[in-house]
Amino acid sequence: MFLTVKGLSKSFDDQEVLKHIDLEIEKGNILTIIGPSGSGKTTLLRCLNALEMPNKGLFTFSDGLEIDFEKMPKKNELTKFRLKSGMVFQSYNLFPHKTALENVTEGPLIVQKREKQAVFKLAESLLDKVGLLDKKYLYPHQLSGGQQQRVGIARALAIEPELMLFDEPTSALDPELVGEVLKVIKDLANEGWTMAIVTHELKFAEQVSDRVLFMDNGYIVEQGPPAQVLKDPKEERTRQFIQRIMNPE
Amino acid sequence: MYLNKLFAITADMGGWELFVNSLWPMIQGGIKYTIPLTLIAFTFGISLALITAIMRLSKYKFLSIPARIYVSAVRGTPMLVQLFIVFYGLGQIGFTIDPFPSAIIAFSLNVGAYASEVIRASILSIPKGQWEAAQTIGMGYSQALRRIILPQATRVSIPPLSNTFISLVKDTSLASLILVTELFRKAQEIAARTYDFMLLYVEAAFLYWIICFLLSLVQDRIENRLDRYVSK
Ligand SMILES: Nc1ncnc2c1ncn2[C@@H]1O[C@H](COP(=O)(O)OP(=O)(O)OP(=O)(O)O)[C@@H](O)[C@H]1O
Ligand SMILES: [Mg+2]
Repeated sequence: MFLTVKGLSKSFDDQEVLKHIDLEIEKGNILTIIGPSGSGKTTLLRCLNALEMPNKGLFTFSDGLEIDFEKMPKKNELTKFRLKSGMVFQSYNLFPHKTALENVTEGPLIVQKREKQAVFKLAESLLDKVGLLDKKYLYPHQLSGGQQQRVGIARALAIEPELMLFDEPTSALDPELVGEVLKVIKDLANEGWTMAIVTHELKFAEQVSDRVLFMDNGYIVEQGPPAQVLKDPKEERTRQFIQRIMNPE
Repeated sequence: MYLNKLFAITADMGGWELFVNSLWPMIQGGIKYTIPLTLIAFTFGISLALITAIMRLSKYKFLSIPARIYVSAVRGTPMLVQLFIVFYGLGQIGFTIDPFPSAIIAFSLNVGAYASEVIRASILSIPKGQWEAAQTIGMGYSQALRRIILPQATRVSIPPLSNTFISLVKDTSLASLILVTELFRKAQEIAARTYDFMLLYVEAAFLYWIICFLLSLVQDRIENRLDRYVSK
């Protein structure tokens, strides 16, 4: 098991958004998270990266790193925890004052202080992987949404995380640009990356996931292989949700 | 009576001659005092403003509260009074400072407070997603601030800070009241001798206008340079 999460809880003010969630992510597996709006999907993903500080939760990684959010984690532990995963945002959040290449090199070069030549080689290979090597000197505003998101993926990969997190990576995109981003994610899946993806693209979820997790109201209602959760859910709530997405009236 | 005298002198020298003759002393006042005072006070002021803005944004009260009090005190009191406190006030209680350094201190403190509000607002205007993206690639607060937030905030704050700068150029004329022989004091000195107030003060106004106009050209160039990453 790459990561085991036990008893993850998160409240905003007095609203409990994640209610004692247990979760396991296996090395090389792809977990997709689905569920209605407001069910806590984004919050769950953000807790996996400490962008949102969990109120409670014990995180155990395969290499022995253990973080218990019931106590205040130490700063260096938290940095280690953050660098375990790369985050891809719904709204890309590229650095507008940096070129595509600089966006990608910023983490390894400035934060991780890795060797310059190696970083540039890595960054170029990542931009190549997402099909944007020829755009490396362009600024984000000169790129389409789909291209920006692909740079966002390269930027997240550049810190060489062990887990990739995606929060609805295609939902801000025009429909004709969705495919190019999903293709990049599928390529990563084929390379054996460990990923957690929040998505409304059920067809995509069915194709790439090893496990699908359905959330509602801060709970994990149901999880299992895509064929089961998406095609033959056990829970009534899951069934209704999938019905609604598949046949919107 | 006065009018007669004025006409007499103007007729004596000729208006044009007075204009030309007083031009050089005023420009000298500008070069020796107005411009250096503006540049030095602005440089100190902006540095102070940056520190103050970051203190005000801090979650620690022992940093944010002093910054707040400083800004509030400066903004709530007239510039001229601040100038008099530094020069005459401090002088009286034994900290005699020359006119020019006094002016630098007072104007730096003044700019520091006003510009800190501009800088704070521009930092706050950068979307939260930028902080978060910086965090996910492993940056801490100060690194994110320096490398991601401030460069973007700088672009946002150039137009309002240019206004602060241009106001400062004009405000330095107040330094004439603590005996700094800057541009406007030169105009006053000559006017005291010739009584040709209209001509000399319009001339002074004209010189300030030229300085501010040249500055606005510089502002445009800086904005264009920083615009390379913003869509137009
Ligand atoms: N920073 C915040 N402060 C207060 N409440 C928040 C905050 N972030 C999220 N919430 C609340 O937490 C709940 C879960 O939000 P979350 O964004 O995790 O849902 P989601 O499943 O990602 O929804 P969507 O599909 O619309 O993106 C919502 O009720 C939301 O209003
Ligand atoms: Mg969400």
